Amino acid sequence: MDDLESRATQALADIEAAASLDALETLRVGLLGKSGIVTAALKSLGALAPDERKARGAEVNRVKERLADALSMRKQSLEQAELDRRLASEKLDITLPGRDGERGGIHPITRALERIAAIFARLGYQRAEGPEIEDDWHNFEALNFPPHHPARAMHDTFYFGDGRLLRTHTSPVQIRSMAGRQPPIRIIAPGKVYRSDSDQTHSPMFHQIEGLLVDETSSFADLKGTLAEFVRAFFERDFEMRFRPSYFPFTEPSAEVDIRWETEDGQSRWLEVLGCGMVHPNVLKNCGIDPERYTGFAFGLGVERFAMLRYGVSDLRAFFENDLRFLKQFA
Amino acid sequence: MKFSENWLRELVEIQADRAELAHALTMAGLEVEELTVLGEGLDGVVVGEIVAAQKHPEADRLQVCKVATGQGEPLQIVCGAPNARVGLKAPLAMIGAVLPGGITIKAAKLRGVESAGMLCSAKELGVDADASGLMELPPDAPVGQPLATFLALPDASIELKLTPNRPDCLGLVGLAHDVAALFGSRVLVPVQDPAPVTSDAHRGIRLEAGKDAPRYLGRVIEGIDAAARSPLWLAERLRRAGLRPISAVVDVTNYVMLELGQPLHAFDNDTLEGDIVVRHARAGETLKLLDGSEAKLDEGFVLIADDRKALAVAGVMGGHDSRVTDATVNILLESAHFAPAAIMGRARKLGLHTDASHRFERGVDPELPRRALERATELLLAIAGGQAGPVRVAENPADLPRPATATLRRARLARVLGLTVPDEEVTRIFTALGMTVHATAEGWQVTAPTSRFDIEREEDLIEEVARVFGYDRIPTHTPAGALTLAPEPEARIGELPLREQLAARDYYEAVNLSFVSAELLARWGYTDNLVPLANPLSADLAVMRPSLLPGLVEALRHNRARQQERVRLFEVARVFAAGDPPVETPSLAIAACGSARAEQWAEPARPYDFFDLKGELDALLAWGGQRERWSLHADNLPSWLHPGRGARVARDGETVGYLGALHPQLAKALDLGPDVHVLEVALPPLLDRHLPRARPVPRFPSVRRDIAVELPEEVRWSQIEQAVRGTLGGVLKELRLFDRYSGKGVDIGRKSLAMGLILQDASRTLTDDDADRCVRDAVAALESTCKAKLRG
Repeated sequence: MDDLESRATQALADIEAAASLDALETLRVGLLGKSGIVTAALKSLGALAPDERKARGAEVNRVKERLADALSMRKQSLEQAELDRRLASEKLDITLPGRDGERGGIHPITRALERIAAIFARLGYQRAEGPEIEDDWHNFEALNFPPHHPARAMHDTFYFGDGRLLRTHTSPVQIRSMAGRQPPIRIIAPGKVYRSDSDQTHSPMFHQIEGLLVDETSSFADLKGTLAEFVRAFFERDFEMRFRPSYFPFTEPSAEVDIRWETEDGQSRWLEVLGCGMVHPNVLKNCGIDPERYTGFAFGLGVERFAMLRYGVSDLRAFFENDLRFLKQFA
Repeated sequence: MKFSENWLRELVEIQADRAELAHALTMAGLEVEELTVLGEGLDGVVVGEIVAAQKHPEADRLQVCKVATGQGEPLQIVCGAPNARVGLKAPLAMIGAVLPGGITIKAAKLRGVESAGMLCSAKELGVDADASGLMELPPDAPVGQPLATFLALPDASIELKLTPNRPDCLGLVGLAHDVAALFGSRVLVPVQDPAPVTSDAHRGIRLEAGKDAPRYLGRVIEGIDAAARSPLWLAERLRRAGLRPISAVVDVTNYVMLELGQPLHAFDNDTLEGDIVVRHARAGETLKLLDGSEAKLDEGFVLIADDRKALAVAGVMGGHDSRVTDATVNILLESAHFAPAAIMGRARKLGLHTDASHRFERGVDPELPRRALERATELLLAIAGGQAGPVRVAENPADLPRPATATLRRARLARVLGLTVPDEEVTRIFTALGMTVHATAEGWQVTAPTSRFDIEREEDLIEEVARVFGYDRIPTHTPAGALTLAPEPEARIGELPLREQLAARDYYEAVNLSFVSAELLARWGYTDNLVPLANPLSADLAVMRPSLLPGLVEALRHNRARQQERVRLFEVARVFAAGDPPVETPSLAIAACGSARAEQWAEPARPYDFFDLKGELDALLAWGGQRERWSLHADNLPSWLHPGRGARVARDGETVGYLGALHPQLAKALDLGPDVHVLEVALPPLLDRHLPRARPVPRFPSVRRDIAVELPEEVRWSQIEQAVRGTLGGVLKELRLFDRYSGKGVDIGRKSLAMGLILQDASRTLTDDDADRCVRDAVAALESTCKAKLRG
């Protein structure tokens, strides 16, 4: 008995002194393994008298538990020490660049255009499209521009040999969207348009977005409200705004919309951002819609203008040079 | 339309300062485009007269002048202007004056000679752009009078950007009526008395152009002094309207056009033969115009002629040979009405745009010709003298435009504007605009004045009410929400997500012009089926692009030339092909060059290659979920592709695009290397996406077997895939190529491919025997169809 007790005391000291998991395992086998001293002590119980066996058995089991606990604790602490050592050797320079972290970007015109279209989509406007090579009817006549009318002179037009032309505005999409359809209509038509004009502030190709709403109740007041909401949503701020009477053959009354824009020197000036008006009854008639029953409004805006204001682009031509040093600013 | 503010204020009461006036005009649809303040800060500038001039002793270009100022002794002024001379009256800035440019005049010594002030050019005074010499004042200018008083300054030159529907405001009297309506004030235009007729000289007029020229008035004035100069007040008004004073006759016709809006023309009466005939031009008829150009005419033009020859293109420009010169003694003044439809587009056809054509094609009040003729006569007699003959009138009253009558319903007005305007305000607005108004049960019946060509229908009246009432007084309201939602197509990839995906994969979106040069296209082999513009801006922008790639590769070159080694661009836009109508196809293009990855430390660098680009296509096709409909082919490639490193892309067997390396010859011609790879695929098939239909997830595990085979180089992967799939059928879930090797250990002309077969059965777990049998079958198929050998 005393023998087991004294050997256990020695074993506990050995466990505490074990320097590695391997040494600890050797100790465990010598103590608790098949031929270990505790196992041997348990085996020897069978030779004792029943009442002695019981007391002795309890004693051996206590020793076994104490040893098992000590082994387990030592094992944990050795494992922890080993993990600490390994972690200490596995340190990365986490400031090195990551792999394949590059990203490209969409063009600022696309970015502004999609932002505008998304805002109107929330108001229930559906996207519509039309051809860029148009005929005279859709680009002019159906929009109430008679042949040779001076209003046409405001549209420097590119023509093709067969009399077709490059659309000078996105308004022909109005005609195509209304034809063969009855109100309510809410559409937004973004796209490329063309004017034969090229200088610092004019590109022969640019982007417009046309909006059209036709229903039984729309009024000029609705038009004002819609555009005020839009401008606020796009720029994320309020503006002083004014609607100025203007003239487009396909709307009446017509207006141009100015916002009060602050320049960097602290000055402010009126800046024209939109053209709009109530759809002219002739246009509704040209599309088979009864102008007595329905009224509508239409508006058009230049995407480049909005992109320039929103992102601080000062030179229109930068949009079409595709210089990566420019494009990367919009990623 | 540019005019002097002071002149307008003489024609209408305006209880508003300059800024308020400009704002009111803009907010009434008469947009003030530019406002230039003239002659402010002219204190200390007086009318001076040069009474003596001597060459400066030290400087060839300077003169030492004595200038009378009306007080005391003449001042000594050193002056460098070429036109400084004795007897000239010119503005003199005295010591202490501060000129508009901020220059303070001080006593000074110029090359050693004292100068007690400065003689000024018009530019230095801010009254005109002319800086060529001293501003010459007329001989009767009172010496010593403050210049501002003498020139009726300060003033402003106001330029309106008038819309084409408002020709009535192309004359100051018409503008005055609109201003009166805006301010609720009175027009101050005097009644025009007829000029005294003191001669019976006249010329007959015959109208032969029908509706196109329904009214023509002519008057002969004899014995004028054509060399007479216009008085300063008239010259100044012209100047402030942007017109240069030229001669009495030209100035008077211009002045009346500005004042009333009626273009006039004067002929040298002694060059005319017989009657004035207003007729259509004959095909092929030509006429030398005032500007010296030769107009080639056709039946679409109205011509002013006499019995023998053409004299002027009606409503556009007068002829050269019948023009008034300084030697002219007798003139015929013309004042006519031409129908807008007869003038529209005619000047443009001749490459011209004149003040007359600008007005006539928009519409000039048919009642103006007589008044304008009388006004011009009055001015001309006063300036150039002469004897006026009787006014001869030729007209076809039935062809004159009649004042339009339109009806405005109260309810419609409120509905369109979203606002109720009080009845009395509506009536006031129409009346103030010179319209005749009758109240009806439902609203108003309105007759427009003959000056308004834009009033025909109800909407025109609504616009007038809104414009004068004020757009800013119309409330702001948000329309009620849409009641229906359009179906949202799910089996389609959006264009924006597509762009975002390419951006996420390190490509930048480019936007190029839709037109390119025929020369560039020819370089790419595009010569047929093109859509050229009839009137391109330049040869560089002459043809609608049949492909996005030529332009996109130019953008790549632009960047390469700017120290960008690695360029990765894409574009989404339409391409064009001839047809009736022309065919427009949305297209996606990619152009890339340089390293496959941005320069970094962790992986070896390698150039962008075919499979990088193919990987982009694969990723897009995987998105669409219909990979099996797509195939790549090595045949029938366009000439711009490398014949061995290019592919034709087909969907359902139909060609929809191409990808690969640029053909080395094209790359060389464009000064590019072999690393430039391009792709172009029609957008609609790319965006087509399948709508998922869920199937049960497999209940039994899959088994993988790897094999390595050796086969001839020329065997394509697609043949291998076909052989294995054809043999194993549905049990082969996937065939993965994970290694490709040629070199040591493999015979020359052969390659080794290692692939994994992923096998799975829907109804049971595959056994090892099943899997082994599959491998044997696959190898057998490869041996028989691809000359493959299993590697150990």
